[in-house]
Amino acid sequence: MSNLAITPSTAPRAQTREGYWHHLRYIMAENPLTGISFGLFFGLIAVAIFGPYLVPFDPVATGVGPALQPPGVSHWFGTDHLGRDVFSRVVVATRLDLLISVSAVTLSFVFGSIIGCFAGYFGGWTDRISGRLMDTIMAFPLFVLAMGIVAAAGNSIENIVYATAIINLPFYARMARAEVSIRRNAGFVQAARLSGNSELRVLFGHIFPNTLPPMMVQISLNMGWAILNAAGLSFIGLGVQPPMPEWGILVAEGANFIISGEWWLVVFPGMALMLAVFTFNLIGDGLRDLVDPQRRT
Amino acid sequence: MSLGVKSKRVLTRLLQAVPTVFGILVVCFILTRALPGDPAAYFAGDMADEASIEQVRENLGLDQPLPIQFVTYVGDLLQGDLGVAISTGQTVTQELAKRLPASLELTLGALLLALTIAVPLGVLAATRPNSWVDHLCRFLVTAGVSLPTFFTGLALLYVFYYLLGWAPPPMGRLDMMFLPPESITGFYTIDSLIAGDWALFKASLAQMALPLITLALFTLAPIARMTRAAMLQTLASDYVRTARAAGLSRRRVLITYAFRNALLPVITTLGMVFSFVLGANVLVEKVFAWPGIGSFAVEALVVSDYAAVQGFVLSMALLFVALNLLIDVTYTLIDPRVGEDS
Amino acid sequence: MNRRNFLKGATTLSVGASLLPLAQLLPRAAQAASNETAVVVFGGTINSLDIHRSGTNRASYQVAINCYDRLVSFGTKQTADGSFSYDFSNVQPELAESWEISDDGTVMTFKIRKDATFWDGKPVTAHDVKWSLDRAVSLGGFPTVQMKAGRLESPDQFKAIDDQTFQITLPFPSKLALPDLATPIPIIINSEVAKANATPDDPWATEYLHRNPAGSGAFKVMRWNAGEQLVYERNDNWACGPLPGYQRVMLREVPAQSTRRALIERGSVSASQNIPNKDAKELAEKQGVKVVSTPIENCIYSLCTNLDFEPFKDKRVRQAVAWSIPYEKIFEQAAYGQGVPMWGGADQVTSIAWPQKSPYEQNLEKARALMAQTAYKDGFEVPLSFNLSVADWAEPTALLIQQGLAEIGIKASIEKIPGANWRTIALVEKKLPLHLENFGGWLNTPDYYFFWAYIKGNLFNSYNYDNPEMAKLIDDTLDMAISHPDYAPNVTRMIEIAFDDIPRIPLWQPTLNVAFKEGVEGYEYWFHRQMDIRPLKPA
Repeated sequence: MSNLAITPSTAPRAQTREGYWHHLRYIMAENPLTGISFGLFFGLIAVAIFGPYLVPFDPVATGVGPALQPPGVSHWFGTDHLGRDVFSRVVVATRLDLLISVSAVTLSFVFGSIIGCFAGYFGGWTDRISGRLMDTIMAFPLFVLAMGIVAAAGNSIENIVYATAIINLPFYARMARAEVSIRRNAGFVQAARLSGNSELRVLFGHIFPNTLPPMMVQISLNMGWAILNAAGLSFIGLGVQPPMPEWGILVAEGANFIISGEWWLVVFPGMALMLAVFTFNLIGDGLRDLVDPQRRT
Repeated sequence: MSLGVKSKRVLTRLLQAVPTVFGILVVCFILTRALPGDPAAYFAGDMADEASIEQVRENLGLDQPLPIQFVTYVGDLLQGDLGVAISTGQTVTQELAKRLPASLELTLGALLLALTIAVPLGVLAATRPNSWVDHLCRFLVTAGVSLPTFFTGLALLYVFYYLLGWAPPPMGRLDMMFLPPESITGFYTIDSLIAGDWALFKASLAQMALPLITLALFTLAPIARMTRAAMLQTLASDYVRTARAAGLSRRRVLITYAFRNALLPVITTLGMVFSFVLGANVLVEKVFAWPGIGSFAVEALVVSDYAAVQGFVLSMALLFVALNLLIDVTYTLIDPRVGEDS
Repeated sequence: MNRRNFLKGATTLSVGASLLPLAQLLPRAAQAASNETAVVVFGGTINSLDIHRSGTNRASYQVAINCYDRLVSFGTKQTADGSFSYDFSNVQPELAESWEISDDGTVMTFKIRKDATFWDGKPVTAHDVKWSLDRAVSLGGFPTVQMKAGRLESPDQFKAIDDQTFQITLPFPSKLALPDLATPIPIIINSEVAKANATPDDPWATEYLHRNPAGSGAFKVMRWNAGEQLVYERNDNWACGPLPGYQRVMLREVPAQSTRRALIERGSVSASQNIPNKDAKELAEKQGVKVVSTPIENCIYSLCTNLDFEPFKDKRVRQAVAWSIPYEKIFEQAAYGQGVPMWGGADQVTSIAWPQKSPYEQNLEKARALMAQTAYKDGFEVPLSFNLSVADWAEPTALLIQQGLAEIGIKASIEKIPGANWRTIALVEKKLPLHLENFGGWLNTPDYYFFWAYIKGNLFNSYNYDNPEMAKLIDDTLDMAISHPDYAPNVTRMIEIAFDDIPRIPLWQPTLNVAFKEGVEGYEYWFHRQMDIRPLKPA
């Protein structure tokens, strides 16, 4: 079941740092999409950082233009029903969306890794209890669980982040567990132990770093999911509070305008959303090629 | 004793599911009780005063302390009683019995459609890794999974129903003028075929087309990716190399040796993909007014309808546990490696 | 309800036999244009066929309207724009063919129609009326509260004199008693059928009537799939009015609003109930679609300032808020010009028409001047809340109000509250400092509105307003006949106080918008805002 996410790499990774860079260049050259996606990624980061200072209009100010104006020279992406500038809103939303996905993914990465490492390293009851716990979370269709958590805890940005983090937790925990347990008794671990390192130090200083490459793949795929997840929550009314611009809520609100012909309200935020998710998915794919020699051709 | 090892494994696997099921029960209960709002106040209606709200609360059994509510809940559950969904006024069991087939028909149909497209795509990509075909496949499936399903759904609706008029009105499972077929499987398409009613079959398929495509687009990526990866792995394996060296035709090597072996990991990921689709289903059902459990759950959640949310989440989770159990058990039974290492 | 249960139920028509041939006879494109069948789409869910049951939601009230009769009903009037509306001032017979009111106004005697029968053929008697009204005042919850508004509180007040004569005794005369009998609540149920299905635990047969209506109304429920559809079938023996124009009406639940719009715009359905203002404005200009927008009586969309919130305790702050709101812009961008403006009226209250324009309009200088006199001249922060289920108008309104408030130094943060939460927090606990509210009274008199919205503790006084003078006025006026000499002065004074104290700032009077496919006629607006399908007819 977890095969989808976990790509156990049993081959010893003895590559040097230079080897990695060399390989990265190779992957980029071999796979133009990955190259493009890295470009897009840096573009997104730039927009998230500098976007709010560069936009032509205040994204939350109403009436900066006539309401429901189609795209034109003064409003590139048109205006919405309150005369807000869609371009400014889409650009400014980048920061919030990335923030939501980065914090959600960071949370699940940190806690998932800790749980998984302990389970994989110590085994026994730690493993059993955490395993059942993760099974329980995994048993719910993920979006449904997120929906329930946000509905129960109230719709704020923090709760969207927590809900997203919780539903992704098992992926990291399981991956960390698998990666740690196959290395638990590896030669370099024995050596570290014999040279007097404490258990925790062995675990987090020596074993854990080895789990990072496959984790990176998971992280970038999850970034995309996190954004989609927030968008879905917005669609059923559990998203961020207005007037804050966020892609999901822009698409969800804009969706009401498709039939009446104001396509720009949904198409532009939709494209931005898709572009971001697309970027993260491609990077994830590309990283998988990079870190997983088995899948490499 | 290979069989002994196997049955022991199956048994362990079954036992492992017990705490999970209990965990699910607790999570469901806590989740629904944590839902905000006072359903009593909501359902007492517009003009209700304090006394009438109190009365509704009593009728709903919400005046009891939480542990007692939990015990009552588990007790009822053991008798197969999931309570009454306040939002639709039906018992939850009835609702699930009626709506589960609708959702399953959509989900399984979408899976089937996605498989028929994604598996060949994955194979194609794997046979020509890093060619433009590979990149195109990757681009397409990634684009599909990158779009929010409600957006895809509405866009399809706009083009195929509103502009072109090719698709039927998005009002549920069947056009208004048709009566559902006699329920055997609960799947309208299959039931109408059993009844031999082609017009009905066509009508139910027409209603399903757009939601099916919406979901399938979203599902292509994981299946295509997995197929490609599994194919690459088997293509690089020794037995394929041997088969090639033995001079077997390219086609034969591909299908008989590589593809059949690559299928196993693809099937095991289906459980995960199934959960993925079920989640996406919630949004698609809302767009297409599909009377499945997803749309039911969303409405119930909005009005804090405990029994309904509980029943929905619980049945979803149990369904999923059962499915994974089935997959794992099947896998254990057919995997030749199990039993050798005993 | 599955088909079998349904056949066991009240109607005798076989579903299979009545629907199946239609499926084969009618080409799909022609179905909605059918002169026999109308298809209505709406966004809600019908959760019970019994309006008295606890938990029955608003959308389900229409079953009570279309499938049951009451003793009395309201007449019809034509409004200024040519559409039709019920007429509150004109009470008409329904199941009662005539009635008399004693000179002291406390005893009402109704004569029941002789030709009226329930669906099973049994004649409607005063005993059925007695049982039904007893049920409404005994079951608790909303029906009991609504009955109380008409001073109908206890079974002792109801008496079946003989099969044809029914008597109600009031504790004191009230102008609300008779109109209250015409609301959807006091429906007349076939008591024999109900009693046959009652149990000791459930003496009022709530479980049975929840699924199986037993009435005498113009339509029977042929099929009910909760969460999906409800199919009405005409009762050809209906005695209380002209035979409805449609043989069958299908009510389809379509949750996504844009999907509903597509359906009506493409002509796939006959009507779409309660459409948003934007759609109403745009669809009205389209060919093949007809939109009827009727201002909702006794209803005002308002901004409420909670008197438990420290700054709003100062009247001048409330008035400053009222002067800061960009009414015009809200009306244009949130209401899309649908409705009646409720701002910019005269300084003096000269009429008792309700709703009427408040004297406020956007005047930032006045607002700032008022704020400067208070302890809050440097402004303050306040959350501005609205109910998520009415986000289509409330969200743009809130955003525009937020900007108006910012002009006078009040920093409002917007908070969407999900429907289930709304009732508890806003109406029951009354703890939202600043919120948008949409109360409308069923019984169309100003004093009835003030009763619910301006008396401390009442449900729609979600802002803890408490004024002894107002409370006394309302108490004196609520049951007073409109012709009473004190009535007009009392109501005038209420309106003056409401505008001066301004805890509830009127924004606009909303409309109820219904879209019809060309060729569907006869629609009538009702205070209950549900679709009365009885007068609908094909052109």
